[in-house]
Amino acid sequence: MQAFEYIPATTVKEAIAILAREGEQARVLSGGTDLIVQLREGRRKVRAVIDIKQIPEVNELSYDPATGLQIGAAVPCYRIYGSPAIAAAYPGLIDAVSLIGGVQIQGRATLGGNLCNSSPAADSIPALIAHQASALVMGENGERRIPIEEFCIAPGRTQLQRGEILLSIHIPPVSPYSGGAYLRFIPRNEMDIAVVGVGAWVALDQSGTTITAARIALGAVAPTPLYVPESGAGLIGKLVSSETVAEAATIAQAAARPITDMRGSAQQRSHLVGVLTRRALHIALKRAGYKSA
Amino acid sequence: METPVAEQAKATEVSVEERHYNIIGTRPIRHDGADKVTGKALYGADVRLNGMLYGKVLRSPHAHARILSIDVSRALALPGVKAVVTSADLATLDSVVSRVGEGAVNWRYLSNNILASDKVLYHGHAVAAVAATSLNAANEALNLIDVQYEPLPCVITAVQAMRPGAPILLQELRTNELGARGEIPTNIASHDQNMRGDLERGFAEAAVIVEREFTTGIVHQGYIEPHTATAVWGTDDQITIWTSTQGAHDARRQVAEVLQLPVSRIKVIPMEIGGGFGGKTVIYLEPVAALLSWKSGNRPVQVTMSRFEVFAGTGPTSSSVIKVKMGSASDGRITAAQVTMAYAAGAFPGSPVGGAMSVILNAYRMENVQIDGYDVVTNTPRVAAYRAPGGTNAAFASESVIDELACKLGIDPLEMRRINGAKEGDRRVDGPLIRRIGYLETVEKARASAHYQSPLPAPSTPGLKVGRGVASGWWGNWPGGTSSVSVIVNNDGTVNLIEGSTDIGGSRVAMAMQLAETLGLQAADIKPMVVDTDSVGYNDVTAGSRTTYSTGIAVHKAGLSIIQQMRERAAQLWDVESASVDYADGVISSKDNHIGFKELARKVGDGDGNVVASISISPNGDGVALATHIVDVEVDEETGKVQILRYTAVQDVGTAIHPAYVEGQIQGGAAQGIGWALNEEYVYDQQGRLLNGSLLDYSIPTALDLPMIEAVIVEVPNPTHPFGVRGVGEVPIVPPAGAVANAIANATGVRMTVLPMSPQHVLEALWTQGNERV
Ligand SMILES: Cc1cc2nc3c(=O)[nH]c(=O)nc-3n(C[C@H](O)[C@H](O)[C@H](O)COP(=O)(O)OP(=O)(O)OC[C@H]3O[C@@H](n4cnc5c(N)ncnc54)[C@H](O)[C@@H]3O)c2cc1C
Repeated sequence: MQAFEYIPATTVKEAIAILAREGEQARVLSGGTDLIVQLREGRRKVRAVIDIKQIPEVNELSYDPATGLQIGAAVPCYRIYGSPAIAAAYPGLIDAVSLIGGVQIQGRATLGGNLCNSSPAADSIPALIAHQASALVMGENGERRIPIEEFCIAPGRTQLQRGEILLSIHIPPVSPYSGGAYLRFIPRNEMDIAVVGVGAWVALDQSGTTITAARIALGAVAPTPLYVPESGAGLIGKLVSSETVAEAATIAQAAARPITDMRGSAQQRSHLVGVLTRRALHIALKRAGYKSA
Repeated sequence: METPVAEQAKATEVSVEERHYNIIGTRPIRHDGADKVTGKALYGADVRLNGMLYGKVLRSPHAHARILSIDVSRALALPGVKAVVTSADLATLDSVVSRVGEGAVNWRYLSNNILASDKVLYHGHAVAAVAATSLNAANEALNLIDVQYEPLPCVITAVQAMRPGAPILLQELRTNELGARGEIPTNIASHDQNMRGDLERGFAEAAVIVEREFTTGIVHQGYIEPHTATAVWGTDDQITIWTSTQGAHDARRQVAEVLQLPVSRIKVIPMEIGGGFGGKTVIYLEPVAALLSWKSGNRPVQVTMSRFEVFAGTGPTSSSVIKVKMGSASDGRITAAQVTMAYAAGAFPGSPVGGAMSVILNAYRMENVQIDGYDVVTNTPRVAAYRAPGGTNAAFASESVIDELACKLGIDPLEMRRINGAKEGDRRVDGPLIRRIGYLETVEKARASAHYQSPLPAPSTPGLKVGRGVASGWWGNWPGGTSSVSVIVNNDGTVNLIEGSTDIGGSRVAMAMQLAETLGLQAADIKPMVVDTDSVGYNDVTAGSRTTYSTGIAVHKAGLSIIQQMRERAAQLWDVESASVDYADGVISSKDNHIGFKELARKVGDGDGNVVASISISPNGDGVALATHIVDVEVDEETGKVQILRYTAVQDVGTAIHPAYVEGQIQGGAAQGIGWALNEEYVYDQQGRLLNGSLLDYSIPTALDLPMIEAVIVEVPNPTHPFGVRGVGEVPIVPPAGAVANAIANATGVRMTVLPMSPQHVLEALWTQGNERV
């Protein structure tokens, strides 16, 4: 590993100033479960590593049924699923945070890091997109908010400009009769990178039979996590049935642009998008209160 | 009247089935246990010496290339760098083949594998090495070594390498075609054949014939501890090497050959070993560390591989392609079998195709049979032994076909194996007569097991498919080689047991128990220790399931010598004829006199000469091992994922010295076999670069992927060992892939012909064979 300077920042301003000065030569350190590995393996070289874990704002985790969920960029996964209120409100998000790595990794790994690392296979991103989450970003010129589906622009590249830092992720409050789910396919039962991941979120009308809103997002089948608006849109106004769910899955399949690599073939991935979309939608519908006949 | 000693000696020649033991079969705490669980045990990379330098190896980025030039000047100029070595520092060795461990080694090839000479033959092939004052400096220096390559086309599989016009790896290689030397350059190192009877007649007698071709990928042993070596080339030209090895004496011999030095100049100190499974019978780093020490002014040098280096630079086991055609009469009798198998050896000849040829059908009585085996070089790491080398892929093929025959005939798959199973007096396909084995006992025990008697469980989720499969495995073991031990009776009545067999799976306690049983003492009274190559006679590697067998025989013999000496000491004490002194259960007696072992040891003290014994033996015995496994799987046909629900492994172990470690071996072997069956495989790109050289991407099963593996011990004592031991370590990896494949077929109606049976491969099989399901 190349030597680097370790800078424990104590304020957002300080972190931003260093990032603005150093540009590509500096990287934010949150849990470090991506960054340290990359530095060790020589896949990334930097002069400065800015630890943000001592900055109070980015460690905040708050949930209010009226305003939604706010997750500071340095909040590790275990705090999210460790909160009974959050776990009850956002089971689809919990699906994702509780399968990133294992218990040890979850003690450190953050959603902020998962998002900023911008891996096409990152597990939390399809779940965040499905939940209509947004990112709060701050730079020298102030704050801006970016929908998660627009945050990643290429493998390892995000919307963040020089001197910008991710502060938090916000998820809107849960409406009644709504539910989310995240499923990923891996060959083993843990410790793998997704071959395909699917996040789904649905809302039902008061009768619990007609779909009023739906969002589908895919992982590991495009250069970035992929929001498939047409898949969800096709469900709106429809009565819940296996056929409607299957149609949404077919639309998602058509949107996927998978490649063949060591983790799976393009054909296998395309097939799995269909299977997982269907299964994730069924779980989300159940969580939204749909009672199958 | 015969003495108990003589009785014991006699007992080794007759049936030992009725024996009752005091120590053998119990489960004492292992002597090395506390140190291991508290982290005190010292492994190779724990070695720290004053002034120690850190070495790193530069490896080829190409699968196949000519080395045009190597310029190390910039690396040498980097501050902190003390030495650089390349193959120019190694003598060019003659192309001579010697037996090393269970296999054969061509010294020139071994040397060229340690540091490439004119060509690199695989991605990860070592090219040069540096020693520096820090690991960072060593790593940085690697970037400063300028190697000019001329890339060449590569071949990754045996099929590619055997094609006419394929790029040739070794210009001088000629096929050994059934003993005759071929004339043209080739990648086929050898073609061997085992045959008997009349194939044509056999197939004519068959009511059903099944013919299939199987392909399997490259898999690695996956030991936790990476290779490491620390060496000091002393100013007196004595070389000391601390390393992680399955055989310190073998490591010494290989280093001596590669460096062209007498063995007496080299001392190898074996450290605790973090797994090997055959992979640590070959040397990689030891001569490199020694040369770096010499070139850096006799400073100690430690070289430790990264995980990627372990995958890319050390020997995995062969990929293979195996064709099996088998016919059976309607009563289930196999009438003929024809097998053609090609095993990829990697960069230099020496795949385990020979072992595979005997595994594949030896468990069965075969009248009309022909097996052809090819050893083929490929642009992948030179294979090393891996637990029953070649056996798992072979049994995957044969056990799948036998299962399919049974299905077609409507015969229970275990009944099919009972009908055809080999027993004492049958002749093996590879020649020798079979002595007492417990194969049919494993089949019967499997059939009677609670697992086989229970119905299949319901699927965990509607729509998933469940199925059950069985498979058997044969492994020859290596009940030979040399084992040497020394035994010293301390004056407090304890006994030092000095051995040279690497303890890789609890063999120290197994040796101590055999000595304790012989002497009538407790296992805790024995202090077993594995020492360096200067301090004990020659020992062959801990491999081939030989240690508890062969070193056990040496321990027993040494124990008998101690008993004889204790009788003589007692005779002196009591002033009687030693012939009148008896020894039983640790008590020495003669008429009215009797004295316990410990008391006599104290009386003898140190002043009158120690009671010691040193023994070296080369048993050349027998003791093949057989196993039958049962597995239940659940298949998700939509994703291709296979979940192991239940697993039972039945094995004839001869006699279980320490049943917990025997069970551990069976469970470990089954776990590795399941990994091989389901997800493990080297993945290469078009240029022959290894893509998944990490434990994230090379998918070994995790605890969540395996159920509890139930080990069922069958004891049919081996008549060639004093306590009836058979080697147990290897055969449990032989059946799993076949058993899992058969279970998948039972669940889905689809026959898998490729390893691993990963979700992708299972899906593809479901897509292509879906409409011809049975
Ligand atoms: C053993 C293991 C298993 C894993 N398993 C999974 C898995 O199952 N699924 C999965 O998706 N991932 C997995 N990962 C990857 C990793 O754990 C996750 O991506 C994790 O969420 C990263 O979070 P972190 O806080 O550790 O990020 P870090 O490593 O701290 O940061 C990641 C990247 O984001 C940047 N960054 C972090 N925070 C900010 C910020 N506030 N502003 C701007 N840039 C920032 C960093 O500079 C860095 O480039 C695994 C990793 C390991 C080591």
